[in-house]
Amino acid sequence: MTETTLAKSLTSGLRAAMENDPKVILCGEDIGKLGGVFRITEGLQKDFGEDRVMDSPLAEAGIVGTAIGLALRGYRPVVEIQFDGFVYPAFDHIVSQVAKMPSRSGSRIHLPMVIRIPVGGGIGAVEHHSESNEAYFTHTAGLRVVSPSTPHDGYWMIQEAIATDDPVIFYEPKRRYWDKGEIGDAPDLGLHDARVCREGTDATVLAYGPMVKTCLQAAEAAAEEGTSVEVVDLRSLSPLDLDTITGSVEKTGRCIVVHEAPVFGGLGAEIAAEVQARCFYHLESPVLRVGGYDVPYPPSRLEEEFLPDLDRVLDAVDRSLAY
Amino acid sequence: MSETDAPGLPEPQDLRAVSASEGLELLMAPQRAVHDGGPEMIQLLTPEGQRVPSSRLDAIVDELTDEELRGFYRDLVLIRRVDAEATALQRQGELGIWASLLGQEAAQVGSGRALRPQDYAFPTYREHGVAWCRGLDPLNLLGLFRGVTHGGWDPNEHNFHLYTIVIGAQTLHATGYAMGVAKDGDVGTGDPDRDMAVIAYFGDGATSQGDVSESFGFAGVHNAPIVFFCQNNQWAISEPNYRQTRVPLYKRASGFGFPGLRVDGNDVLAVYAVTHLALDHARSGQGPVLVEAFTYRMGAHTTSDDPTKYRVSAEVEVWKHRDPILRFKAWLAHEGKADGEFFDQVDREAEQLATRVREGCLAMPDPAGTEMFDHVYVEPHPLIDKERAEFLAYHASFEEAHS
Ligand SMILES: Cc1ncc(C[n+]2csc(CCOP(=O)(O)OP(=O)(O)O)c2C)c(N)n1
Repeated sequence: MTETTLAKSLTSGLRAAMENDPKVILCGEDIGKLGGVFRITEGLQKDFGEDRVMDSPLAEAGIVGTAIGLALRGYRPVVEIQFDGFVYPAFDHIVSQVAKMPSRSGSRIHLPMVIRIPVGGGIGAVEHHSESNEAYFTHTAGLRVVSPSTPHDGYWMIQEAIATDDPVIFYEPKRRYWDKGEIGDAPDLGLHDARVCREGTDATVLAYGPMVKTCLQAAEAAAEEGTSVEVVDLRSLSPLDLDTITGSVEKTGRCIVVHEAPVFGGLGAEIAAEVQARCFYHLESPVLRVGGYDVPYPPSRLEEEFLPDLDRVLDAVDRSLAY
Repeated sequence: MSETDAPGLPEPQDLRAVSASEGLELLMAPQRAVHDGGPEMIQLLTPEGQRVPSSRLDAIVDELTDEELRGFYRDLVLIRRVDAEATALQRQGELGIWASLLGQEAAQVGSGRALRPQDYAFPTYREHGVAWCRGLDPLNLLGLFRGVTHGGWDPNEHNFHLYTIVIGAQTLHATGYAMGVAKDGDVGTGDPDRDMAVIAYFGDGATSQGDVSESFGFAGVHNAPIVFFCQNNQWAISEPNYRQTRVPLYKRASGFGFPGLRVDGNDVLAVYAVTHLALDHARSGQGPVLVEAFTYRMGAHTTSDDPTKYRVSAEVEVWKHRDPILRFKAWLAHEGKADGEFFDQVDREAEQLATRVREGCLAMPDPAGTEMFDHVYVEPHPLIDKERAEFLAYHASFEEAHS
């Protein structure tokens, strides 16, 4: 067991995947010599060569479009989108081609590709660098969508995503890149399993990606006031591990979904709908959602007010308990 | 010094454009190595500040008064100083990030000063020099990088659109704007106060984006009055030109049926003259022109970047000798168009401006939290109203708790 950052765990995971399978190739803007703007691919071009770690022209539609072709040719492309807000030029290829081609072919075609996207806010960036656009992709049949929140999951989930024969959108919570944790010797869960990362009895908080840490901190603070909050890290956004989710909610009777993305039409809506349908008789209060406001991600000087934080999570826990 | 005036107006293309574009018959520079910009690069001032004659462009330059020429120098120095101050402010935590224009001053001032008031510019995020020429207070730019706004100015006040961060997108917006100008009949009337052109700025990396190719296509098909102004600063973050293209960028234009030119982007006179010509071409109804300003990004991509990871300092040293300000200063002095007193005075003005920018930046207030709800829709929207009310109530609850 070693302590490492989420960023480094992803680098190690990519390296392991490339060592295990010569068909794994990487493509993206500035991922070669620079190692990517977040250095996730640092050292990989040096060790695996320019043939397997390709600096792409500055064109996201091209990155994903050519990844489709490479996958058709038997490769397992892992592409990097530099920031969440720059995936949109590739949206057409992801939604109209990547997501649909396998089913259109009657499973004759597999597109085993991973689209890595650093996601979310909280880093004081300029416009388009802080978005949470997962709902566009979870709403798209044909895509799997996952997000690790710890180095352990980063290391194992990137390898599992690469090994999956379906296309995977892989969200990396960028403000947690530098958070440290230990990597276990083996993956203890499947790629699409949720993790109960803190047990509790009074309310269930469901979160993923960057919000997991926030919710764990909130649970810690709640405990000091005598409230026992269970925190579930969804890990997989599509498909959802509804068994783990309902298991927790049936136990606590209260459910709060937390994400950075705006609430309206967000993934929280899908989860809330499923929870109320499956846990109706166990619920002591309505399922609540905590998320970003329904506005464009604001300038960085306002992001603290936009992003759910410990207080907003606790506020929702209180409202749920007071119902 | 050799005569640089051989026919350079790009082949082909639309015959109508070629025959009508006499004014763009630019002349070839003496043979240069490709990494210097190649033989096709138009240059009026060598890096040493020697004037290279051009039968086509001299007339344009000769029309400039000494005062205007000194004005160019002042622009170059002031905007470089503002840029340095902004970089320092970022280092001190006052800005989230800054994209430096160091090295690209001549490309921006030369093209910016070629614009008429009615022309319209669509920038990327690095066009601080163009913004300056359009009359924007540099503090407007700092506000964006400080994170108090995503916009920061009224585009129509200066005919200078908002900065665009999504690479290449603005080239399509500019093309559409130019199509509108043509539909309004504001081209080819011969009235210098009415005819207008649009200029779209973008980088070498941006040329890989589909949007940029599409904008070339639309502009060509619609004969839109637009100048595509590509600042080829050799790098797109860590990726050199050869990762983006196999042909010199200015040659892209010929495939779309309009002229493309490469100009020494560190030569403010040549940039001014070539852009002037290209804008005239567009304003007179002859359609688009691509100008590739061959320049260099002397600094990091942004303050978040570390260029030592991917480029050698020797390359930067080579380009230091092509500095846009030094050569122009040498020429002004040699020609007796400006003296030491003038240069000193500009330096003093630059320091004053830097102080004002610094103080203005430090005094810039954070926006109120409710501002994020204020401009999402033009017309009332129930969800926004509900969330604004919730936002206020939530924050009020803290104040109650603390009072
Ligand atoms: C669509 C999109 N993809 C990626 C980025 C991230 N990015 C910002 S600047 C840049 C390089 C731009 O290079 P170039 O067009 O040459 O302009 P320069 O910054 O050198 O002026 C990249 C990849 C972006 N802003 N937009």
